[in-house]
Amino acid sequence: MRSIKGVKGTRARGLTLHLSLIAGVLVSLFPFYWTIVMSTRTSTEIFSFPPKLLPGSHFLENLRHLFQNIDFFGSMANTLIVAVSVTFLVLFFDSLAAFVFAKYEFPGRKLLFVLMMGIFMVPAQLQAIPQFVIMAKLGWIGSLTSLVVPAAANAFGIFWMRQYMKGAIHDELMDSSRLDGCGFLRQYWHVALPVVRPGLAFLGIFTFMGQWNDYAWPLIALINPDHVTLQVALSQLNSVHGTTDYGMVMAGALLALLPLLVVFFIGARQIMADLGKGAIR
Amino acid sequence: MTAVPGLGAPPAARGGTKAAAHARHKPRSVLGYWRLYLAISPFYLLFLGFGLIPVGYSLYLSFHRWDGLGPMEYAGLAQYRYLLGDAQFWHSLTNTLIIWAMATLPMLFLALVTAVMLNSAVRFKNLYRVAYFLPNVTSVVAVAIIFSSVFSTNFGLANAVLQGLGLDQVAWLNSDWGIKIAIAVLMTWQWTGYNALIFLAGLQTIPGELYEAARVDGAGPVQTFFRITVPMMRPIILFALIVSTVTGLQSFTEPQVLLSNTNNTSTFAGGPGNSGQTMVLYFFQQSFDNNDFGYGAAIAWGIFLVVALFSIINWRLVQRKDT
Repeated sequence: MRSIKGVKGTRARGLTLHLSLIAGVLVSLFPFYWTIVMSTRTSTEIFSFPPKLLPGSHFLENLRHLFQNIDFFGSMANTLIVAVSVTFLVLFFDSLAAFVFAKYEFPGRKLLFVLMMGIFMVPAQLQAIPQFVIMAKLGWIGSLTSLVVPAAANAFGIFWMRQYMKGAIHDELMDSSRLDGCGFLRQYWHVALPVVRPGLAFLGIFTFMGQWNDYAWPLIALINPDHVTLQVALSQLNSVHGTTDYGMVMAGALLALLPLLVVFFIGARQIMADLGKGAIR
Repeated sequence: MTAVPGLGAPPAARGGTKAAAHARHKPRSVLGYWRLYLAISPFYLLFLGFGLIPVGYSLYLSFHRWDGLGPMEYAGLAQYRYLLGDAQFWHSLTNTLIIWAMATLPMLFLALVTAVMLNSAVRFKNLYRVAYFLPNVTSVVAVAIIFSSVFSTNFGLANAVLQGLGLDQVAWLNSDWGIKIAIAVLMTWQWTGYNALIFLAGLQTIPGELYEAARVDGAGPVQTFFRITVPMMRPIILFALIVSTVTGLQSFTEPQVLLSNTNNTSTFAGGPGNSGQTMVLYFFQQSFDNNDFGYGAAIAWGIFLVVALFSIINWRLVQRKDT
């Protein structure tokens, strides 16, 4: 008797568990669905009551309006240029520095590392005005250079790669490669990089997504409204047309999300595996 | 032995013996390590140019009056004195704290509950994980636009639901609390799944025997949650709390985009009555709308102090429970 009751109890509990989890999934996914619905509807349909809960048939029309109102692909190209160059620069500079911190001993190593970790704590606002002034002096304001250069190396990436390299690159490997006559750069390129590819993949995806979404600094630094990144263009679109042509604005939001989702699904396994490691360490 | 000597080291230093380890610390020309210094230099050069010098410069600026074009004028402590009496700064601080609390506390609680559920789910675990993480992959700008439509007074889904239930409509983005709720809901939606996955990673390190013992002692799921899960997870909860405090107190994009078409005076005003104006929005308004660089710098230092203070409070609160 008791054991049967127990089985029923766990089964009921399992069902409640999955139902609650599915409810959470629906909440997570609903805004995406709602974006699709709204980007396929006309303004009249969007303003009607009761609201249309299923996708409509005006997506292409909304897209046409979108392309008429902003230089969508131009600003997406700007974003891509920034995100791709920053990602490659970060991967190179961060992994190189991380390799040094993880595997070499040199005077000032501890101090330099602590200094770097301290930089984590400096809030961006303290840098915003002076950065703007410096960029203006350099003549970079309004150009993509002002976005790429300050982001080309960062403390998080160096810390993350150092942790990864400490575990992944064995000392025997370092010793034997040195006996084979490998110089510093060849050790970095042929010994270190091949074994830390998963770590690089995580850092790369993380950096790319961060750059793709960057908003505050591009909003300030790109003063020419015709030469902006995708996020700034979207925000301009919303503040001008956001109360009249929502279908068009939502089509823009949807299109801006797609590349991110593609990158995410390519690297989902890696991201999921590495997420939380930083917190536990 | 994790670290190995630099390449300039003599062969004797490359062995694994104690003598060799000793030799490593022998004073040698710093220049012998030039390759290593060169390899780490990009970060430090960028940090110097775009981090350290700017921070020093913003301290200097905060003691001056400057519009970015004309001559700079020494102002002593005047900017800070003005900051202390500036009602709009205190208003923005209150807004920030209310929005932070309304978003962070439910977010961390929901994340912990979700993580516990995910941890006990056997099937579809990876599918759930991807679905819960998805809100975090999106661009904040796009998400803020989506939520501004959901909370729109005229055609928003939130009001349609209220109307469908026969309730009064709410002018969400036009009222003090409506604005704060909309921002908090947006943040909670975007970050709950992320924190749940962080917590899940932590849960997987708790030994199963602990739960086994609790079950043998007749503890229910709620009791187990508060007596075992929460105490064991304290370090990770602290980590999540500090991260969401530091980011939450500096929120900018969410209110800026969400409220950008509700106020015509400034895109950094934070909606009608400045109800959604966070500290960082106020900083942007003063610095880049009013070109008041000196006062902007003083606000930035004010924000820095607030963030540091709350991080320390968080740290202390969670630490004290241990003793």
